[in-house]
Amino acid sequence: MKLTGAQIVIESLIKENVEVVFGYPGGAIMNVYDEIYKQNSFQHILAKHEQGAVHMADGYARASGKVGVAMVTSGPGLTNAITGIATAYTDSIPLVVISGQVPTTAIGTDAFQEVDAVGVTRPITKHNFLVKDVRDLPFIMKEAFFLAKSGRPGPVHIDIPKDVTVAKTRFEYPEKIDLKTYKPTYVGNKRAIKRAAEAIKKAKKPVFYIGGGAVLSNSYMLVREIVKLTQIPAVETLMARGVLKYDCPYLFGMVGMHGSYAANMAMNDADLIISLGARFDDRVTGKLEEFAKNADIVHIDIDPSQIGKVVKTKYPIVGDLKNVLEEMFPLLTDGIDTERYSEWREILNRYQELYPLKYGNEEDVIKPQWAIEKTGEIAPDDAVISTDVGQHQMWTAQFYPFTYPRQLLTSGGLGTMGFGFPAALGAKKAVGEKLVINFTGDGSIMMNIQEVLCGFAYNLPVINIILNNNYLGMVRQWQTMFYDDRLSETDLSEVQPDFVKLAESMGGIGFRVKTKSEFETALKEAIKAKKVAFIDVQVDRREDVLPMVPPNSPLKNMLIFKEDK
Amino acid sequence: MKRVISVIVENEHGVLARIVNMFAGRGYNITSLTVAPIPNSEFSRMTIVSEGDPKVFEQIVKQLHKLIPVYKVIESDDFIEKEMTMVKFPIENHLADIDALARCYNGSISNVGEKHVIVSIVDRPSRIDNFLKAVKRFKPVEIVRSGASVIER
Repeated sequence: MKLTGAQIVIESLIKENVEVVFGYPGGAIMNVYDEIYKQNSFQHILAKHEQGAVHMADGYARASGKVGVAMVTSGPGLTNAITGIATAYTDSIPLVVISGQVPTTAIGTDAFQEVDAVGVTRPITKHNFLVKDVRDLPFIMKEAFFLAKSGRPGPVHIDIPKDVTVAKTRFEYPEKIDLKTYKPTYVGNKRAIKRAAEAIKKAKKPVFYIGGGAVLSNSYMLVREIVKLTQIPAVETLMARGVLKYDCPYLFGMVGMHGSYAANMAMNDADLIISLGARFDDRVTGKLEEFAKNADIVHIDIDPSQIGKVVKTKYPIVGDLKNVLEEMFPLLTDGIDTERYSEWREILNRYQELYPLKYGNEEDVIKPQWAIEKTGEIAPDDAVISTDVGQHQMWTAQFYPFTYPRQLLTSGGLGTMGFGFPAALGAKKAVGEKLVINFTGDGSIMMNIQEVLCGFAYNLPVINIILNNNYLGMVRQWQTMFYDDRLSETDLSEVQPDFVKLAESMGGIGFRVKTKSEFETALKEAIKAKKVAFIDVQVDRREDVLPMVPPNSPLKNMLIFKEDK
Repeated sequence: MKRVISVIVENEHGVLARIVNMFAGRGYNITSLTVAPIPNSEFSRMTIVSEGDPKVFEQIVKQLHKLIPVYKVIESDDFIEKEMTMVKFPIENHLADIDALARCYNGSISNVGEKHVIVSIVDRPSRIDNFLKAVKRFKPVEIVRSGASVIER
């Protein structure tokens, strides 16, 4: 039997076991939406904005490990989706984004709602397709899902002209896919792994530097075992929070610009850095010339282009982290001397004692860090936490007690304000009964605030804890530190919405809290309410994220206290 | 530093844009670029001559590998490099002189019209530079260089 292009899209999504599609209809994609109407195999969630839809698919993918699917129309539908796609691309999140396009006969004529979609998404997707012939569609759908989740994952975009969604062809979904030009390396080179294992055993001051790849490759159990076995100190990037449990005795916290002093000194003083799916981002290395001057690098990554991109790598290993660690594990078990690193651990423990993460807790004002810690106490261990971008994001990464990977959903690479709330909604769809909380700021939440309505419509109770300092806080902090406190366009105190009414107007529930006891009460009520909730927490306005490696400074030159400025 | 690479890609729409974007996005200039299908295959060969910082170039090569339709990126110092060049001269020149010079560079007169004589040569890019110097006195009206094509030894 022959199917139309639109039917093929639906049938392919079903073949891929897609449970939910996040999207927004429009002219060019109408035929596909007509088929969505006729089917019962998956749910469609109507966002209020295409950016929201893509972030939801992204949040769903991050929380579940599955491929997120978003669907938008041509022109403005696609351009609205761009920030969402770029966010997923930078953090290597598997998405399939399907957009409508004007009919093939109209392409290039500046038709209504026409934009060169594949031209626009080319640099922010792992791959993209313009479907010119319906006969190519089944293979392209299969290839898109395959590319999105294999190798180093990422978003894949399929642009389908309207006439292709009408055209008919015989539907045969390919069972297997074999691309001549795309063969990711999963198995690491055995010799290289052996050499790296030897280097680890010989090192005096080794450190595991754990990145988002440890989450994406689902290898956290192995990472935990190896850390436990070797007792080698470990640090996590923002993207890796939760790979080790927060109370793991060998975890020295987050590394980088707002990392802990001990973690940064571990990188600074190490003689061997073992990178597990991390990419030596500039927010991690600080001033590159001064970075880890005495360390050799073991770099394990599935993407060969990451190795040697930033730092010189003595032990490069291209492969899937899980595979490589499985291979390395017995080599390390054989003759590892955990005592060897005890002095090194002692040094780092001293650093930790000397400058722990801390803040000046007060009785009458709510410190944002306190609100995060308190939430960690009240929320169940398996609560899923998303964030927006700014001060609250860093405080969450520093102070929330993460217990497992995929627990923290945050826009690490692109740093997209407006990510947190829709991502939380998408995650809620994935995790069912688990509590989902979005830490956000009074700046970030305004971007994509329209999605309260979506949360209401689909009964996705997500709690937004707005750490409200009436500032664009992170920019304000930099202005204070590096621009003589000239607060250019960052003071929001004159233009605050009434978050309680705002939530209520769209079927949510709102709380305004000024004291610690009000906060606890509000959070508990919000958990019970099972509605989209805003908790507008009036926090200490001038609190800074510390410690901090100033831009372009070496990791060891951290500002620890306010007085350091 | 001058770099020459060959990129073997699948013949599909948009593939040239993908390759070129990789250079453009990193502020890297392409000196010359030639593309043609490889006979009896679904692939095309692109020969790209570029100049600039070796570290950036190394990253570009790795990123090229990562593109889905890229089959192979060949970086080699040991290759035969040729370029085709056509030059248009005013007809007032002495045809025999031009012809003799062209022959020294693997070329010949391709066309003689009412106003112009057109010469085409095929040679190494450095030799073509020399040829263009040598023919200056014939006052060339137009010069078209094809960009390099290379084949590994």
